[in-house]
Amino acid sequence: MASGSSSLRKWAWVHKWSSIVCTIFMLLLCITGLPLIFHEEIDDLLHEQVKAAAVPERTPLADLDRAVASGLAAAPKQVAHFLIWDPDDANSLLLSVGPSIDVNPTDNRIIRVDAHTGTFLDAPDLTRRFTYIMLKLHTDMFAGLPGKLFLGLMGILFCAAIVSGIVVYAPSMRKLNFGAYRRERPRIVRWLDLHNLAGILLVVWMLVVGFTGVINTWADLVIKVWQFGQLAEMTSQYADRPPVTQPTSLTAAVATAQQAQPDMKPAFVAFPGSIFSSKSHYGVFMRGNTPLTAKLLKPALIDAATGKLTDTRNLPWYVTALLISQPLHFGDYGGMPLKIIWAALDVITIVVLITGLYLWLRRRQSGSSVERMLAATQAASNDPVLTS
Amino acid sequence: MTSARPGVRRKTIGQVFGIPLLMALLSAIGLVSALVGDGIWDSVSWVMLLFPILLCGYCLRQVQK
Repeated sequence: MASGSSSLRKWAWVHKWSSIVCTIFMLLLCITGLPLIFHEEIDDLLHEQVKAAAVPERTPLADLDRAVASGLAAAPKQVAHFLIWDPDDANSLLLSVGPSIDVNPTDNRIIRVDAHTGTFLDAPDLTRRFTYIMLKLHTDMFAGLPGKLFLGLMGILFCAAIVSGIVVYAPSMRKLNFGAYRRERPRIVRWLDLHNLAGILLVVWMLVVGFTGVINTWADLVIKVWQFGQLAEMTSQYADRPPVTQPTSLTAAVATAQQAQPDMKPAFVAFPGSIFSSKSHYGVFMRGNTPLTAKLLKPALIDAATGKLTDTRNLPWYVTALLISQPLHFGDYGGMPLKIIWAALDVITIVVLITGLYLWLRRRQSGSSVERMLAATQAASNDPVLTS
Repeated sequence: MTSARPGVRRKTIGQVFGIPLLMALLSAIGLVSALVGDGIWDSVSWVMLLFPILLCGYCLRQVQK
């Protein structure tokens, strides 16, 4: 680089060490992430689900209070945390239940209820599913929040490795045409070419998926900040109120939220006392109708004692950033072709990781540094005698 | 897309990063496009994100002859 070889050496150092630390974890994330791209299809294939009744379009929803009651009847000693409009199936509602309202909802059970008849469908044990095991390995390695934050740190190192990789790509390619693959040369050269080619082609995708993954590891913290920030602000005059014992109708609460946001649809309801609402409110989270706004949520807080709307506001930027980073990480926002492309890019990323790991191991063996290796590679490519 | 030959001149930064920059731009369009809309927007996204994958395959196939 024009900025001199000492600066290049620093970048090479960053590339080497950030990669060494994160590669094994990135391999784990890429491998477990591959089936997760297709988690719905895999679940459909491996697990039977009770189908909701097929109804003509525009059939009105069941009375939500009855739907919740029939769901809870199938789960004795459990309380409802959230009622979710199934994003994949308009005919079913998902009821998320836990042993009490103040437990961490990550271990909640899901009960499926027919959206139009309000009857219980089934309560699948998600924790025994292949996709659940992959998801746990992928998000926290079964180590809870510390595991999650650790993987987030590995993601940051991955991003550092990509950025420094762009810098060290330049001297490596100074005498080569783009995409050069020196087939006749030893494996270390061939795999360097492969690493350079695949790495530089996927820079943007890897950075986006890597960094949105990092943002996702902060989800728990983002929600906490929102709880103590905007949510606390919206419900400040209720802070000293005792919890509601006889909440008003849920159906009416959703209707009130719908009236306040006529252009939006309900995504889920957080019951009073759950992490997404206050002790005294239904949090009705509305989503937009376009592909982009469907990812964004707007909570309407409905006083569960009076059924009146307390407040509705757009979520703060940091929650919006989290909500937008989710589809960009999952690749679930462009149909099956996008999922297949996502899988292909994931596999190519695995190639970048493995070739990178190999290059480091070989250089370590021969005791040669990255810079010397690069220099040797360039010299060799100018010298036909050394071409094997 | 051939290997470097003896006496090939050192490339400028622009030459080294020309194609990667183009691919980065196409990938970025592809990533955002499907987020903005459905239908044609999804298709644009698929085509744009296919470019780096196909180019990768092309560069590796070229030398097998």
